[in-house]
Amino acid sequence: MSAGFTLTEGVAHAPTRTVRTVILGLIGLVFAIPIVAMVEFTLRAGLVGGYNIDRWVALFQSGFTGVYRPVLVALGNSVALAIGTVAIVLILLVPTMLLVHIRFPRLRRLMEFVCILPISIPAIVLVVGLAPVYSVVARLFGSGVWTLAFAYGVTVLPFAYRAIQSNLDGVDVTTLTEAARTLGAGWGSVLLRVLVPNLRRGILAGAFIAVAVVLGEFTIASLLNRVNLQTALVVVSKVDPYTAVILSLLALAFAFVLLLVIGRLGAPRSHTRAPRRRITLKGTA
Amino acid sequence: MKSGRLLSSRVRERAAAFGLLPFAAYILLFLAVPTLIALGTGFFDNTGAFTLSTVAALGNPVVLTTFFNSFWLSALTAVVGAVVGALACYALLGVRPEGPLRTTIDSLSGVLAQFGGVMLAFAFVATIGIQGMITVYLKDTFGFDIFENGVWLYSTVGLILPYIYFQVPLMIITFMPALQALKPQWAEANATLGGTAGSYWLRIAFPVLAPSFIGSLLLLFANAFSSYATAAALVSQGSQIVPLQIRAALTSETLLGRENLAGALALGMIVVMAVVMVGYSALQSRAARWQQ
Repeated sequence: MSAGFTLTEGVAHAPTRTVRTVILGLIGLVFAIPIVAMVEFTLRAGLVGGYNIDRWVALFQSGFTGVYRPVLVALGNSVALAIGTVAIVLILLVPTMLLVHIRFPRLRRLMEFVCILPISIPAIVLVVGLAPVYSVVARLFGSGVWTLAFAYGVTVLPFAYRAIQSNLDGVDVTTLTEAARTLGAGWGSVLLRVLVPNLRRGILAGAFIAVAVVLGEFTIASLLNRVNLQTALVVVSKVDPYTAVILSLLALAFAFVLLLVIGRLGAPRSHTRAPRRRITLKGTA
Repeated sequence: MKSGRLLSSRVRERAAAFGLLPFAAYILLFLAVPTLIALGTGFFDNTGAFTLSTVAALGNPVVLTTFFNSFWLSALTAVVGAVVGALACYALLGVRPEGPLRTTIDSLSGVLAQFGGVMLAFAFVATIGIQGMITVYLKDTFGFDIFENGVWLYSTVGLILPYIYFQVPLMIITFMPALQALKPQWAEANATLGGTAGSYWLRIAFPVLAPSFIGSLLLLFANAFSSYATAAALVSQGSQIVPLQIRAALTSETLLGRENLAGALALGMIVVMAVVMVGYSALQSRAARWQQ
């Protein structure tokens, strides 16, 4: 291992600390500007110049009543939709991907084609065809906002697929499955105790992206006349741009914290790292 | 016992095939059917009769200009996003994946890549709008007016920066797993054979990563090409890019004097997307060679 390179966190030829700091610092700085500008915008104190927090105070003192109440309702709708969409990824997509990978390798290309397809069908195109479908859905399940999760499941498919598949490619699923089966594990154990832990990073990344996509979705909801966070923000922005920016900042912060919590929940405890390394040692005679 | 196992393996195979059904039904109902309905409308007029005149509108100079705008905007922001994003991924290579820096950047990327939409439009109005922070700062400090030749934020050019703002994080999300999948054994083999860090990157890492990189690049292109919310919130006048023209066609029935133009524009968009898809698919088969 000492011959010519060092391992940083199991990665060879990682950049030095200085290089890393310079790259991330520069990109971080540039990407912070619009967020800082949003904060600055909300703190402006009218025409005389200077700054105060009057607009923030006013928003919270009103207790999200009046114009702002729909935003809270809309946020609740979006969170429910995010949960529904992640459920579709976990219950429909992940088992199907594993089944195809293990039992039907010939269908892999078809599966990939189907999963990447939604990216070539923009939401604004899909929504035209979704309208008649949703009139049927409304008859079966009612016109509740949660039914949008079916459409969102399709929207997040390419992102969730890519995240899970790139993890799947790096894990020797067939060998792991055969090993577990040889040792007497049932399919349930293979799935939940062998495959899912190995694919945790990919599945989590897929769930991350699903949540973020749903919370930011505007096109389908607005054109199917459903209320979600984004459509509510556009309504507010027409009445009061300052409040819209405040609510946007809060929404961005909320999404950030949400994704951070989801990431923390999936973070492995330190003692689980040893077995993972053992799994990578395959083919040593 | 042995023969019983053999027999049941057939049954199991069939049971496994049934496992594919729920996903297939879901895809049929919420992807195949809506897509066919959306694409079909371009071939019918308001009375329901078959017509090719709407699809012929794709040759209209106004429509062609819109497609051209969408194309260069997507290509430019995809390339910039992919290069900057890949650089960020490289910088993150030695960072502990479960550590605070990685989890923070992962979450931030998730938020900015797909949560942006309408709010990114608000952000850039606050930054480089007429009264934006940077606009005012440059004017007051250097006497430099970024809108000297007219306000460009609300036109196609104005979309470049907001689009890059969501392309870079998307690149980090999609490319990071590929970069992390580089096996230390490859570096070991390289070092054993007397290779340097340079030869590791040039001869091993770059060729292995190339299909993933270009695949992500295509994903970014598709992402920008089909993006609607940011543009809808930012560009109030005119329909400079295809998604905005589809919305205009949806809201006004006879844009350019054609009926069901939205369907024809949708068809045009999907043709462009299909070309990107074929490229992506070819790259995947190249990447698969490495994974055997």
